[in-house]
This record gives sequence, C-alpha cells and structure tokens, in this order.
Amino acid sequence: MSAGAGLPHDVAAPGVDGAGSGRESWESVIGLEIHVQLSTKTKMFCGCDVTFGQPPNTHVCPVCLGHPGVLPVTNEKAVEYATRVALALDCRISERTIFHRKNYFYPDLPKAYQISQYDLPLGVGGHLDVELEDGSHFTVGITRVHMEEDAGKLIHAGGSSGRIDGADYSLVDFNRGGTPLVEIVTEPDISTPDQARAFLTQLRNLVEQLGVSDVNMEEGSLRCDANVSIRHPGDPFGTKTELKNMNSFRFLHRGLEAEIERQIDLLETGERVVQATVHFDPATGTVSMLRSKEEAHDYRYFPEPDLTPIELDEAYVQKVRAALPELPVARKERLARQYGLPPKDAGSLANNRPLGDYFEALAAATGDPRVSANWVLGDLSAYVNAAGIEVADCPVTVERLAGLLGLIADGTLSGKMAKDVFEAMAATGKDAKSLVAEKGLGQISDTGELEGIIIRLVEENPGPAEEFRQGKDRVLGFFVGQVMKETRGQANPQVVNELLRKHLGAPGG
Amino acid sequence: MSCTDHEGVTAGGAVDVTFLTAHDCRALLADGSVSAVELTQAYLDRIAVVDGGVHAYLSVDAAGALAAAAAVDAKPRGGRKPWEGVPIGLKDVLCVKGMETTCASRILKGYVPPYDATVIAKLRDEGLIFLGKLNMDEFAMGSSTENSAFQVTRNPWDTDRVPGGSSGGSAACVAASLAPWALGTDTGGSIRQPASLCGVVGMKPTYGAVSRYGLIAFASSLDQVGPLTRDVRDAAALLDLIAGRDPRDCTSTGLTEPAGVPGRDDLEGLRFGVIKEYIGSACEPGVLEIFDAAVDAVGALGGVCEEVSLPSVVRGIAAYYIIAPSEASSNLARFDGVRYGHRTAQSEDLYEMYVRTRSEGFGDEVKRRIMIGTYALSAGYYDAYYGQAQRTRTLIIKDFEKAFSRFDYLISPTSPTVAFKVGERMADPLAMYFSDLCTIPVNLAALPALSIPAGFSGGLPVGLQIIGPHYGERGLLGAAHALEQRLAVDVVAPVQPAVAS
Repeated sequence: MSAGAGLPHDVAAPGVDGAGSGRESWESVIGLEIHVQLSTKTKMFCGCDVTFGQPPNTHVCPVCLGHPGVLPVTNEKAVEYATRVALALDCRISERTIFHRKNYFYPDLPKAYQISQYDLPLGVGGHLDVELEDGSHFTVGITRVHMEEDAGKLIHAGGSSGRIDGADYSLVDFNRGGTPLVEIVTEPDISTPDQARAFLTQLRNLVEQLGVSDVNMEEGSLRCDANVSIRHPGDPFGTKTELKNMNSFRFLHRGLEAEIERQIDLLETGERVVQATVHFDPATGTVSMLRSKEEAHDYRYFPEPDLTPIELDEAYVQKVRAALPELPVARKERLARQYGLPPKDAGSLANNRPLGDYFEALAAATGDPRVSANWVLGDLSAYVNAAGIEVADCPVTVERLAGLLGLIADGTLSGKMAKDVFEAMAATGKDAKSLVAEKGLGQISDTGELEGIIIRLVEENPGPAEEFRQGKDRVLGFFVGQVMKETRGQANPQVVNELLRKHLGAPGG
Repeated sequence: MSCTDHEGVTAGGAVDVTFLTAHDCRALLADGSVSAVELTQAYLDRIAVVDGGVHAYLSVDAAGALAAAAAVDAKPRGGRKPWEGVPIGLKDVLCVKGMETTCASRILKGYVPPYDATVIAKLRDEGLIFLGKLNMDEFAMGSSTENSAFQVTRNPWDTDRVPGGSSGGSAACVAASLAPWALGTDTGGSIRQPASLCGVVGMKPTYGAVSRYGLIAFASSLDQVGPLTRDVRDAAALLDLIAGRDPRDCTSTGLTEPAGVPGRDDLEGLRFGVIKEYIGSACEPGVLEIFDAAVDAVGALGGVCEEVSLPSVVRGIAAYYIIAPSEASSNLARFDGVRYGHRTAQSEDLYEMYVRTRSEGFGDEVKRRIMIGTYALSAGYYDAYYGQAQRTRTLIIKDFEKAFSRFDYLISPTSPTVAFKVGERMADPLAMYFSDLCTIPVNLAALPALSIPAGFSGGLPVGLQIIGPHYGERGLLGAAHALEQRLAVDVVAPVQPAVAS
C-alpha cells in the first residue's frame, strides 16, 4: 500500500507552509477507532446474508428491521472472528463478556439502539508493533477490541452534495444493518499522519491475514475515525476532536493533516480547540464541525437484557489461538530464514497474505525462491496493482508463471522475452508454451539450425573472421549481431556464442 | 370448574359455551358432539352478544377463525392433534402473522406483523383457533386496562369496575366465557392481578420457560407469556403447549419437566410460607379474610403454613419502577415512524417527525415511563437509579432463595384489593402502581407464580397467589389443583348480554 505518496495534495495541504517557529513546536497526539466488518456468512444477530452491493432491502428480516417483538441471537462465528482479531493484537480475552445497548435515534438504526459492548469488552490491553518505511519501529497500544452490529445505509436524494443538508428526502437500505463489526480502539500512541497510515496499513494486513474481513476501505468494510489533539511536548493532552469520514488511506492522511493544521491555526491565533466531532470533506480537503460536545448524545448504555453473557473459557481461547494463521511478523521471519530472502522482500510478502501464498506456491513449483520472489514482487505485483485486481483473480496463475519461469530456465526464453510473454499471458489468459508456439517467440537453441547460419556467415565474412582469429575478441559481437538479425532475435545467445567460437576457431589459433 | 357429560351442548345441538373449560371443548370435539366450526361459531356468537358490555376484544377475526375451524373439521377426528379446533383469545401484545397487532397503542394502529410469535406458531401447529386480539393497557403498562388507547374493558363481575391489567382483556374474556382460555403476559403482575380481579386462574411461568420471541417487549428481563384459564388443569395444559427453549430467544430455557395433568388433591408434607410483608395493613380487610380462609384450607389439606419475612420485597415496587421503565425506554424507541406504525402527518425535519410521531402515538402512562426510564439511564444518574435498582433486585432474589430453603411454596393475596372502579386510580399513578405490590417481586426474582380464585369479598373475586421455586411449575400447579378443589369457587361471572348499542 502506497496510498497517496507523491500525490499533489501532499504539497497542497492547507497551511503546511508554516507561520513561523511557533507552528513547529506543536506535536500531535492521535488515537484511532477502527471498525472492521466481519466476513461472516450471516449477520450479527439474525440469519440474513452479509452482502455488499445487492439491491436495497433484499437481505433483511423482522429481526434486522427492528420489528416489534423480535429478539437478537448472537452469531457464534462473529464471536470467533472477533476473538481472532483480539488475540492477533495480543489482547487479554475477557472470560465473561456482555453486550450493552447504545441508545440513539437515527433512521438507519432500526431498533433505535445499537447492540454494542461497553464496560466488559471482548479484549483489552493489546498492542501492535508497526514498521515504518525506513525500517524503524513503534508500538501502538490497543485499548480494547469489542463486537457490535452495523447500522443501515442512508441515501440522501435530491440536493447536490449527497449529504443530508439540502436533500429532498432520504432512503434507507437495511442490507448492511446488523452486519457484524469489531471495533478496535488504540491508545493515543500515534504522533503523525504518516504513523497513522503505517499503523492502519499494518492493521489492515493483519486482519486480512486472519481471514475475517475483506478490509476494504472504499467499500466500507474497514473504517477509521481519529481522535486528534495537539500539545507542546511534555504538556498534558490538549482538547481532542473526533475526526470522521476518512474512507481511504489517502483521506486518513489528508484528514489528519488538515485537522492538525486547523488546531494549530486556532491555538496560534489565541483561540481554543472545542471538543467536537469533525467531518473531513475529501472534495475540498478541509474539515468542518459536525457537532460540539455540548450537543453530543448521551447513549444511556445499559446491559442488553435480550442476550445472555458470553463465557469464553481458557479452552475456547486456546482453540481459537491454535487455529490462528501465521501472523505477518512470524511469517516475515520465516520467509527470510526458509527462502533466504532479503528482509525487505520477506516483509513485503509477509504483509500481503495472497501475495505471500502465491510466492510460496511458486517457489515450491520452481525450486528457485529468489527468482520467484523477484517475479512476484516485480511483474506480478505491478500487473495486479495496475489492473486493480486481487492476486487470486490474476489470469497468470502460479502454475502458469511456473511454466514461464521453466521456459527461462531451459533457455527457451530470455529474461527480456519472458516479460513480454508474461504480459501476453495476463492479457489473453493463455499459458506460456502455447503463446511461445503461437507467436514463434521461442529462442532458437537448435544447434543444427544455428550452425547452418553461422557456417554461412563465417564464409560470407572472411575479413572479420580473420580478425577474430588474430585475437580481436570483440569481433565476436559483430557475428552475434548478424546471427540475431538473421533469427529476428530469437537465437539463444549462449548457444550462438559457443557455436561461433567453434566455427571461427580459437583466437590467435 | 370442570364440566362433565357435555352439559355445554343443549338439546337442540347448539353450543352453550358459558361453562366450558378448554378440556371440555377438547372432549366435545373429540367425541363429535360439536364440530370445530360449531364451537368457534358459538364463541363468535357469544362475543357478538356479550362483548359489547365487556369490551375484551380489540379485534375479532371471525373469518380467519371459521376458516381454521373448517380446516380442522376437514380432517378425520382420529387424525387430529389433541387440542385441534379449541378456540383461544390472544393478548394484543403477541405478534400474529397477518393479524393486526397494536399493543393497544395508537402508534401501532394498523401494524400487521410479518411473522408469528413463537408461542403463536406453537399454538397454530397444534391447531388452536385464534378468535381475536384482546385489550390491554398500552404496551402492557398499567393495572386496569384503562391505559388502552382504544377502549376500557369492564370487569364481568361488575361492569363499573376494571378487570385489572395489563392483561385485562384476557382475564375478562375468560371470566365472561368469550373464549375457553387466553394468553396474557406478565411483567409485574399483568396476568395474576387481572386473573385475581376477574376470578380466573392466571399463571406467570419461570422467566425463560416460555419464549419471548414475538412478544412485543415492555421490560425484557421481566416479561413472560402465560395462560389465563378457568381452572388449574387448563393452565397446566396451555403452559405445556407454549413452553420450551426457543433458538430465537437466547434467554429461553423451557421447563425442566412438563407441567402435565395436575391431579393432586392434598398438600400432605408441603410447607407453605405466608409472606409477612403482604398481610396486615398492606391489603384491605375483605381480601385478608379470604386469604385467611385459604390458609386454613392449606392446613385442612395437610399442608403446614408458617409466616416468613422477606424484608426486601417492600422495595420491590421502587426497584421495578426503575428497571422496567429503563428497559421500556429503550424497547419502545423503535416506534419512530420510520418503518411501520403511526407517522405524523406533517413535519419539517427528522427531529420534528420523531417528536410529533411519538407525542401523537403514545399515551400518557407510556410517555411517563419512557421519561422515567430515559432519566434513570442518563449519564450521571445511572448508578444512583438503575445500578441501585439492580442491587435491590439482587437482595430480593436472595430473600426468595432463603425462603425457598425453608418452604416449598410461598403464598400471599394476589392483589391488595378487589377490583376497583373505572377511573378511580387514573389520576393517581402511585395508587395504581401499588396494585402490583404482591406480584412485582416475583418477576424481579424470575419465579413462577399463579393466582387462583379463593373466594369473594363484597361479591367481587379475590385471588390467592402461590409462588414456586424456579422451574417448579409442575409441583406448583399440583398444589394449586388441590387448593382449587378444596376452595371450590364458582368462576362463572354473572355477565349479562349487552344491550345492543
């Protein structure tokens, strides 16, 4: 993930030109609240399918529509998935965890309360070690990991912004309502937008490897809010604001930058930061106040009487822990050790589970981890990134790429030709062998055919041949060039070299 | 009251349902004395004649009931389930697919559930005939059924008086023979108190014995569905029809053993604790007189009665009126005008839509409890109110545990008074709340209890409450059966056909 690096906003962010030494003296304090949609088959408290992009209100039932009289029943798989997340973040798992009701009115919340967790969350006291691009590390404390249900989706019709202001009417789609979420709350251990982005990237990779979520920010299966304040180093925390609506890694970075600048502007001009919820507008790159703390909701949390407590005994936790996949830190270490990869390559493969899996399968098929890693991190990554597809959907499967690498190994293709074949494979979905045959791309390694050409060329060029024999080794290049010209570049260079030396006779001989 | 030799069928073959228990109905259907359609029609006819004076039913589904009855008649008698064709009345708090379900509230006027409550699905499977929906206090909040948004149900023993509540429609319906039996719900006494005031049997099962799925929630940690019947045998049968663990209600457990057919006629070897806090000045003299006679009856049947103190039950009402409204404030928040039910005709914005919809849709008592509950759960007040109420609840549970270590059953009057006059307590909510003095702690402790008719005071029924240990329904109903036989109270209300209005 290289979200936003080098894009124009990086220089256009408001106020980064600085207004004197005062501005430089502030440090920011950032804590994140991340919502992850779990990819269970059914919703958190009913049997409806969890879906994305289906026609509105087609995956709903009396329970997730909040009809009178209905009751929730907890999805065991969601509890297991949430436990995986909590364990992967080194949290302590509560032996007894309960749900609370968070009460507030909004049309996307059918019961007018969200079933969430409050003072007895699933997991507490974890941490995640984050590696920055320069290889340095920092640790972010995880305050809590808890389970809750998602709300429906409002679509504001009419008006220009798509937001509620100025809309003519609003429609509600409850397909998403009741989708299981885990909320991950960090300690305020993050001090720059870069760190926030690195943390979230690493968290996303981790959750993806756990196999519990699609973690797609654009589709909303990974969402991030930030608590932001600024202070002079050593001072107590400043007043914080809650920053919302950053639905990409790029917007997270930009939103944080904009909010930090806004707070610095306020404090530098003698005003104060008001505790509030702040909305990031990606279109303008600016933030605006949604509501101040004085207007904030009192959610009137109380224990959900319709659900019994969840007991997670040691045996259960051990079972979930044992079933955890290899996590990125461990995988990086293993990939470096087992395949002799440089740490940077091992890290890149470990942080992207599909890519790592692809690599390991390819290395097994080819027996050459170094070459496999180069291809996976090079051409394959470049292709899937450019095409915007998942590795699993790439037409160049492990088997096919292994076939291509085999053609390099046996001399049929040069490395340069193989790159072209790779592109053709990706474009057509065909395998390497048939493409080589179809386009006559294979290297000519047939000694007989090449020998005929070479004998003829040596006869036709007695002068250069004589020069070679008298020791002008570089004349060999002239003959190689001629052979390549005759074979349209398809002659195997190694074979050509050997044959030329044979027919020209040893230099000086 | 049990009826043998088919005295419900008159010479001409028409059915007089006045004296019928559900068991009687079952017997008449089983031997072919009446068809299911005839039986259903007889109840519909009686409803048409009598209910104009009682106002027990909010809606009668004559067409649906007759169609269901005809389907029963189409089956060979030998191929039917035991209760197929027996009619029943349903409190309007239970969701019935395709049948308007209002909780006696304007906010749900016109709401037709897309699903059956679990208890309804069970009864449907067993072939019972749903006569219609019965009146109640709005959202089951009240003790007189006067809080219904639509009508005031009258006590069949004296139509100037209330039937109790909130299951007043269910109790009056059974007392007036407008159905052989009915379902009610009990959150703080809402089955037992109206049963007491109307002279019928009413039972609140152990919390969890019966699924709450499809019961429109008032207070989730207290609500239970239960039977209102003419005798204890019917109560046991209806309980067995509706009890059971339900995968849709994770607080449901079912019963540990079926209630079965109670046949006990003595109380030998059983110890009864008379709850000290509920005798003396807590109840009116006429009620205490009947209660004392019931205590004597226990002794006459070989049981041992002894006073027992449960000091914390006096705090029951205070705790209940924090816990129940707190849960209700959240449970009733979904009635917001967005998806179903009433929505205000005019509003400028979302906030106004919410305020107007709910202001127009809810009655005074519901609003009062939503406000109390919202306040009690507010930041800064939660611990002083909700937290304190939960601690009190724990004390009450412990008092009952202690009492059940010494006694098999606990007894008290069900209601401190007989049925009161319509309008008498409407201006005084606290007086109304004290109607449930003796019943509320039972809900807080999640215990099973029933009310059986124990006699009359000034011509009005007085009920005896018998409380059992958790999942002690089978024994509780057995003991109640023995007392019922001994007390032999006439449970047919002298209700007159209403003058056509």
